[in-house]
Amino acid sequence: MNSAAFSPAPGPRADAPSGAAVVTLEHVSKRYGPIDGPPAVTDLSLTIPAGEICVLVGPSGCGKTTTMKMINRLIEPTSGRITIDGEDVMSLPAVELRRRIGYVIQQVGLFPHLTVAENVGVVPRLLRWPEARVRERVEELLDLVRLDPAAYRGRYPAALSGGERQRVGVARALAADPPLMLMDEPFGAVDPILRERLQNEFLRLQARVRKTIVFVTHDVDEAIKMADRIAILQRGGVLAQYDTPDTILAAPASEFVEHFVGADRGLKRLSLARVRDLPLTEPITARTGESRADLLRRLEADAADFALLLDPEDRPIGWIGRRDLHVDGTVAADDATPGSPTLQPETTLRDALSTMLGSSVQLGVVVDERERVLGLLSVDAISDVLRAPTSR
Amino acid sequence: MTPNEPFIRWDWIVANLDDIGARTWEHVLMTVIAVGIGFVISFALSLLIVRWRRLYAPIMGASGVLYAIPSLGLFALLIPFTGVSLLTAEVALVSYTLLILVRNIVAGFDGVPRDVVEAATGMGYGPWQLLWRVQLPLALPTIVAGLRIATVTTVGLVAVTALIGQSNLGSLIVQRGIRASFPTAILVGAFGSVLLGLVADLGFVGLQRLLTPWARARNG
Repeated sequence: MNSAAFSPAPGPRADAPSGAAVVTLEHVSKRYGPIDGPPAVTDLSLTIPAGEICVLVGPSGCGKTTTMKMINRLIEPTSGRITIDGEDVMSLPAVELRRRIGYVIQQVGLFPHLTVAENVGVVPRLLRWPEARVRERVEELLDLVRLDPAAYRGRYPAALSGGERQRVGVARALAADPPLMLMDEPFGAVDPILRERLQNEFLRLQARVRKTIVFVTHDVDEAIKMADRIAILQRGGVLAQYDTPDTILAAPASEFVEHFVGADRGLKRLSLARVRDLPLTEPITARTGESRADLLRRLEADAADFALLLDPEDRPIGWIGRRDLHVDGTVAADDATPGSPTLQPETTLRDALSTMLGSSVQLGVVVDERERVLGLLSVDAISDVLRAPTSR
Repeated sequence: MTPNEPFIRWDWIVANLDDIGARTWEHVLMTVIAVGIGFVISFALSLLIVRWRRLYAPIMGASGVLYAIPSLGLFALLIPFTGVSLLTAEVALVSYTLLILVRNIVAGFDGVPRDVVEAATGMGYGPWQLLWRVQLPLALPTIVAGLRIATVTTVGLVAVTALIGQSNLGSLIVQRGIRASFPTAILVGAFGSVLLGLVADLGFVGLQRLLTPWARARNG
C-alpha cells in the first residue's frame, strides 16, 4: 500500500531500509501456570518486514503485551521461535539482546535520578561506547526529538512536561540505533491533543529513521493511524487478522475483527487516504467579464449545470448556474453563489467528506497552498473508495 | 554536692576539655562502628528480602524481638558469652539498629517506581547494574531516613554502655557524675550526647542533599 497516505512525511519509504530488522514469530505460544492452563498467546506466526510499524492491537487479555515482551524476552515463550534478522532471540543472553532493541513504555520510566542527557545515554554507556561518542549521540537525539540540547540536557525528569518526557523516552530508545523498537502503549498516558501531536511527530521521525517497530495499543484508531500492518489479536492471543490497515478495514477476516474495528470502519478507512490520492475532475471555469451567452454555450456543450467562477489569481469565488445566465450581459462576481468548501490535497478523505456533507454543494473545491483551484472532488468519488474492496 | 557549690562548674569543664574531647571521640567511634556494622548486616538482609519476599516476616520478627529487649537486659544476657567488653556493647548496639535499618532499606527498594525498573530491565540492565545504578540511588532518601533514626538512637544507647564499663560520654554521667554526685559532669555527658545526635542528623541531611541532587529538581 501507499504508506504516504497516512504518514505525514512525503515520498515513499525505502523498500529495504538499512539498520532495520526483520522480525519473525513462528508458532509462538505462551502459557502462564500449568501446562494445560489457558494460553495467553496461541500458536502465533507473523513476519514483520524491516522498517515497518507493526501494531499489535486487541481487547485486554488478548496477549498483545505478552507477545511484544516475548520479543525482548521480558517474557519467555513456552514454545515456538522468535527471530530477529534470522537470529533466534534465545541464542543470545537476554541482557545483550535487550540492549539491541529499543524499548518505550507507557509511563516512559525515565530514571528520575539521571538528567535528560544521562537518561538518553544509558544504553550506549551499557554498551561501553567511548564517552565522547555518547555525548555526541545524545545531542543528535535531542535534536531529533526536537528538544533543544542546551535547554534540556541538564534537566531532571521531574522538571519535564508529559510530552517532553515522552520525547526523551523515544530518544533514549533510539540511542544505540537499534534495528528494532518495541513500544508498549507509548502515547497512552497523555491527553488526546498531545497524543495526536506525539503520534504525528513520531511518524515524521519514523519516516527518517525507518526502524522496525512493534507497537502495542488497545486503541483501533491509533492502530490505523500508526500502522503499516496491524495484527489484531483476540482472547488467548489468537491472531484474528494480520494485514494492512486498509485491507483490515475493507475486508475484515471475521466477525470479531469487524466488531473490533467498529461499525464506522468505512469512515475509518477514509482516514487512511487523502484528497491527493483521488483523481480530481476539472471544473468548467469562468471569469468575470465573459459574456453570459458564451458561458451558457460552453456549459451546454459540456452538458454541465454549473461553472466555477475564478478571480484573476485563479482563486474560487463561487458557482454560477445555467439559470443565472439567461440574461444578457457579462458575468459578474455577484452572479456566483459561494459556499463550496475548499479542501487541501493533504486533507484526509474522512475530513473531506464531513466538510462536504456539511455544505449545500456535494462538491469540494481542492485548492493549493495559495488557494488556487486544483480541481473538484465529489462525494461520489469518495463513496467509490468506500465501495472498492481495497482502495488504491 | 556541697551546699554552696554552683550547679555548673565552668572551670571544671575548661580544665577537663581534653578528657571531654576524648570521651566524645570514643562516643563517635562506638556509634560509627554500631551503625556501620548494623548497616552492612541490614543491607544484606534487605537484599535477601527483596529477592525472597517470604523472608520479610521472619527477619522483621527477629529484629523486632531484639529491639524489644531492654538494653540493660541485653547486656546481662550477653556478658556470660562475651564478657564486660566493647564486643558486648557493640553486639547490643548493632542489634538495635537492625529493625529500623532493614525496614527502611526494604521500603526504599519497594518505593522504586515499577515503570523505572521495567524500563531498565527492558533496556538491558543486568540484575546487579539494576541494583547499584537504579534501585539503590532511588532508594537512597528512604535509606538515609533510616540511618538518621538509627544513628540518633544509637548515640543515646552508647551512653548506656557506660554501665558495662565502656568509655564514652556516658561514662562522664555514670562515673564522674552519678557516683561522685557531680551534676556538671552529668550535664556535660547528656548535652554532649544530644549535641552529637543533632550533628549526626544534620550531617545525614547534608549528605542526602549531596547524593540526591535530582530530588531538588522538583522545586527548582
